Amino acid sequence: MTLVPSIAEEQASTPLSSAKSITLRIARFNPEHDGERKFMEFTIPYEKWTTVLEAILEVKKHFDHSVAVRYSCRQATCGSCGMMINGKPRLACFTKISELDSDVITVEPMNNFPIIRDLAVKFERLFDTHHKIKPYLIRDDSEITSNEKEFLQTPEEVEQYIQFSNCIKCGLCNSACPTMATDSSFVGPQALAQAYRYVADSRDKGKDTRLKIIDDSHGIWRCHFAGSCSQVCPKGVDPAMGIQFLRGYLLGFRS
Amino acid sequence: MENHDENKEGIGGMINPRRYGIERVAYLLMRLSGLGLLAYFIGHIYETSSILKGQVGWNEFLALTQTNEGHAILAIVIAMCVFHTVNGIRVMLGHGGVGVGKPARPDYPYIPASQNARHKMGIYSAIVLAAIAMMYGLAVMFGE
Repeated sequence: MTLVPSIAEEQASTPLSSAKSITLRIARFNPEHDGERKFMEFTIPYEKWTTVLEAILEVKKHFDHSVAVRYSCRQATCGSCGMMINGKPRLACFTKISELDSDVITVEPMNNFPIIRDLAVKFERLFDTHHKIKPYLIRDDSEITSNEKEFLQTPEEVEQYIQFSNCIKCGLCNSACPTMATDSSFVGPQALAQAYRYVADSRDKGKDTRLKIIDDSHGIWRCHFAGSCSQVCPKGVDPAMGIQFLRGYLLGFRS
Repeated sequence: MENHDENKEGIGGMINPRRYGIERVAYLLMRLSGLGLLAYFIGHIYETSSILKGQVGWNEFLALTQTNEGHAILAIVIAMCVFHTVNGIRVMLGHGGVGVGKPARPDYPYIPASQNARHKMGIYSAIVLAAIAMMYGLAVMFGE
């Protein structure tokens, strides 16, 4: 009978690289009683697969449980853990420490969102603008009342909008947008990209309604095609593309 | 001063060109050149209005543009004009949805199709053409 090493032994025999560590700087700010943002520094060991979210949770577990951070799925699906990581908006659960190539990692709340506390920000405005563009199929009949059992689409028709339906409402695009940095009334790349998602859907009949909503001085005309929204999107939505297509309808480039 | 209520990045964040690639640099240059050309346009109207003071007044004002400083400003205006025109054509086409790629199922690592090589070439071309035009202008003005 051969001896099979247990999993625990295998793990113990694996050379650990946790000798590597980074300095994690976490922004602390409570708008109820703090005058300005402060940073707390922690030395955190990490492996090549350790994410920034795991490092923050390590801080909460072993150093300071009062750090406020929003997270849920840990797999870039829920869109909860967006934050500024070394100056750029990213999902903490989707960003590995090893890929940042820095000994110091600074995490701050996402720009252009009101701060609840520390790294947690308010999403009310994001959801308001998302609702504003009517993010659902608009048509007079429904799959229940129609004689057809379902509204069929060809693969080509699906391809027109499927990319934009990947949006997880994480807000990174709104945080990176240069217009959002100064204009509190701008509808934002997230909502505009979702407007295109429904306009491009062959089942939808609400194109004119949505174009009327975004044809506003703080609507689509405030986008200047800087493209930062697309560069930070963690799901490959490419809001800049959708916004330009949407504007193409208004300018008469598309019909 | 940081606005904690909205946590907006403000103008400092808007004009920061370092984080999001050449597209954000083009965005900044487009804004700066637009403002610069607007200032030049206002100055130009003021300058041409000096003709109302007669030929002497006109010649006196025109002499200001014949100095080294005047030539340097005109060279910058040439560069701004060329960059704003070339990049403006790129942006206008992009605004109509031209050359921004086609929607498709995204694959990791999610390279955005709207930030494609054609647009990057357009930006680099605008910068290079602006530099060439400026150098030509300097050669003409200072080469006399």
